[in-house]
Amino acid sequence: MSAVNGQESAQPLLEVRDLRVSVAADPEIEIVKGVDLAVRPGEVHALMGPNGSGKSTLANAIAGSPEYVIDSGEVHFQGEDVTALTADARARMGMFLSFQYPTPIPGVTMVNLLRMAMKARSGEEPPAREFLQQLREVLKTLRIDEDFARRYVNDGFSGGEKKRAEILQLGMLKPQLAILDETDSGLDVDALRTVAEGVSALHNPEMGILLITHYQRILNYITPDFVHVLVDGRIVRSGGADLAHRIEADGYDPILQELGQPAGAAT
Amino acid sequence: MTTVNPKAREAVGEYQWGFHDTEAPLFRADKGLDEEVVRQISGLKDEPEWMREFRLESLRTFFEKEDPTWAGSPDLLEAIDFDAITYYVRATDRDSTDWDDVPEYIKDTFDKLGIPEAERQFLAGAGAQYDSEVVYHNIREDLAKQGVVFLGMDQGLAEYGDLVEEHFGTVVPPGDNKYAALNSAVWSGGSFIYVPPGVHVEVPLQAYFRINTESMGQFERTLIIADEGSYVHYVEGCTAPIYSTDSLHSAVVEIIVKKDARVRYTTIQNWSNNVYNLVTKRAVAYENAVMEWVDGNIGSKLTMKYPSVYLMEPGAHGEILSLAFAGDGQHQDAGGKVIHVAPDTSSAIVSKSVSRGSGRTSYRGLLKVEEGAEGSTSTVRCDALLLDEHSRSDTYPTMEVDEERVNIGHEASVSKLGDDQLFYLMSRGLTEEEAGKMVVNGFVEPIVKELPMEYAIELNRLIELQMEGSVG
Repeated sequence: MSAVNGQESAQPLLEVRDLRVSVAADPEIEIVKGVDLAVRPGEVHALMGPNGSGKSTLANAIAGSPEYVIDSGEVHFQGEDVTALTADARARMGMFLSFQYPTPIPGVTMVNLLRMAMKARSGEEPPAREFLQQLREVLKTLRIDEDFARRYVNDGFSGGEKKRAEILQLGMLKPQLAILDETDSGLDVDALRTVAEGVSALHNPEMGILLITHYQRILNYITPDFVHVLVDGRIVRSGGADLAHRIEADGYDPILQELGQPAGAAT
Repeated sequence: MTTVNPKAREAVGEYQWGFHDTEAPLFRADKGLDEEVVRQISGLKDEPEWMREFRLESLRTFFEKEDPTWAGSPDLLEAIDFDAITYYVRATDRDSTDWDDVPEYIKDTFDKLGIPEAERQFLAGAGAQYDSEVVYHNIREDLAKQGVVFLGMDQGLAEYGDLVEEHFGTVVPPGDNKYAALNSAVWSGGSFIYVPPGVHVEVPLQAYFRINTESMGQFERTLIIADEGSYVHYVEGCTAPIYSTDSLHSAVVEIIVKKDARVRYTTIQNWSNNVYNLVTKRAVAYENAVMEWVDGNIGSKLTMKYPSVYLMEPGAHGEILSLAFAGDGQHQDAGGKVIHVAPDTSSAIVSKSVSRGSGRTSYRGLLKVEEGAEGSTSTVRCDALLLDEHSRSDTYPTMEVDEERVNIGHEASVSKLGDDQLFYLMSRGLTEEEAGKMVVNGFVEPIVKELPMEYAIELNRLIELQMEGSVG
């Protein structure tokens, strides 16, 4: 693993090269149709796009979900080709996916999961005192009650609690790359602010963020360095934060029209 | 009556250190079963007349009884050759299993669980356990001061004949089922416990605490009497695998929970996978009494066991927590039965089963509310987890409710170890195998958390061992 310093920070943390992805259950259907993307340490990239454009598929494929098949192209992480690696190997290298729909694991407490995940990451069990101290800090940042850590993972959580639990894991695992798959969906205004401010607080100059969202509103709290618009499995526009503001104002229709696609897909 | 195996005796020396052994000469009954064998067993134990008659009557019942018609694996039951079984072996003789004969997988599991050497030999039937006598001496003294009786069943019969005669066979009559009849005819070993009124036994009682008796007989018989307002937690067995050359283990457990008393009976069954484990466990609970069965089944080839509670008087409460794990070639047919006889009684059954490979789990339960038991409440919840495409789980819940003013809930679920759960945990850095173990340990958590700490830890480790190589 290469340490991040001034010189190497120019090297992409994540590099996606002409990636094509289909669904394992139905390989005929290609969803991601050739995507190139490079995220450097400290950068925040927002990936936006209408429903069904392939955002979540791209996120899951980068994280190594077995539900998807990479037909061609490569995923490089920290300078290594990880295309053939399983999700756990990628995670141990410092990749983190915040799920759009986190899965309940009944009977397993958040604390238990966090300890196991940190152990998997570093190779040894985190010392109890430091673990607790870090846990308290992150819980405070996310305005989560301490009892929360003793609840079973995502089991009976409200939509907001699920997203907070994801960001709690982000804060404990301190990954090099955080992929946030619609972390803003299903949240009311207050919950959104807490979660988004939490992400901002946890962001550091060595961490790259790929933030997948349908709406611009989370970007009010987390300012992206780059905004990409994904339509029908391809990145069709890339720009700065202003691109997100234009989408906020006009929706996706103008972009779709320029592409000669039927408007109204983005609602 | 110290139990000494020949090897150990060699090591210690012959009697000269005051190591006294009052055992009768070694005895092993002939294979097969008839009245003569039963008379011999009773005679060797120097039992009272009534027990001999009880055994003989039970034997006749056994010969008359057929296998249960509802059995989930009738072919397995039919394969039991009753004539090939030795029905009585003196403890002194039983210890003769050679450590070298113990299968490798059992030894491996001992290794992985970190069981101390002396205990391993004991568990594998290859040694007597001297150390425990010293360790548990103090516990026994405390119990004696409180008037708690904790003896082997044979010794209990010898010393507390009247108490035993009053209760023996009243909760599980020999005619209850074929295997209860067999046990009643040839029983040997097991525990006898009496807790006086108002006494709370703080330490869970374990068979290990008993001296001079085997903790793991083939036809064990246990009788527990908890007098009014008392409390006791009995822990049977342990999480380490029990190696046995005997193919059939058929125990009977009877428990009487008097007014305001509470009994918890915890079992972790981990017989080696050549053993048929056919056990009848039943308790009667009187006014405001509480009976709790915590029953874990990990080992054996076939287990058929349905701990039951009869709620005899108002306010009685029964609880059954059942956990089963069936690996390749195993059938865990487990569950529980509750019979509401009196009004305002309550019960809860929670069953969790995991099947892997060709393993099969069945939940078999009975909830019966008799006429007049109005105001009774009961919840039954059974969850099954399948680890792969081949594993199987069935649910046979029976409800007989003859009273209208009752509150009954029943929930059942079957789930498969989910790809989404595996991916979620793998995306946190856990390997596929670690992820699978975590999901399964979480699934059984509601039962495991009811176990004493050291058992909970061992059980989790044991399940992890069972899971090795199961995913991916």
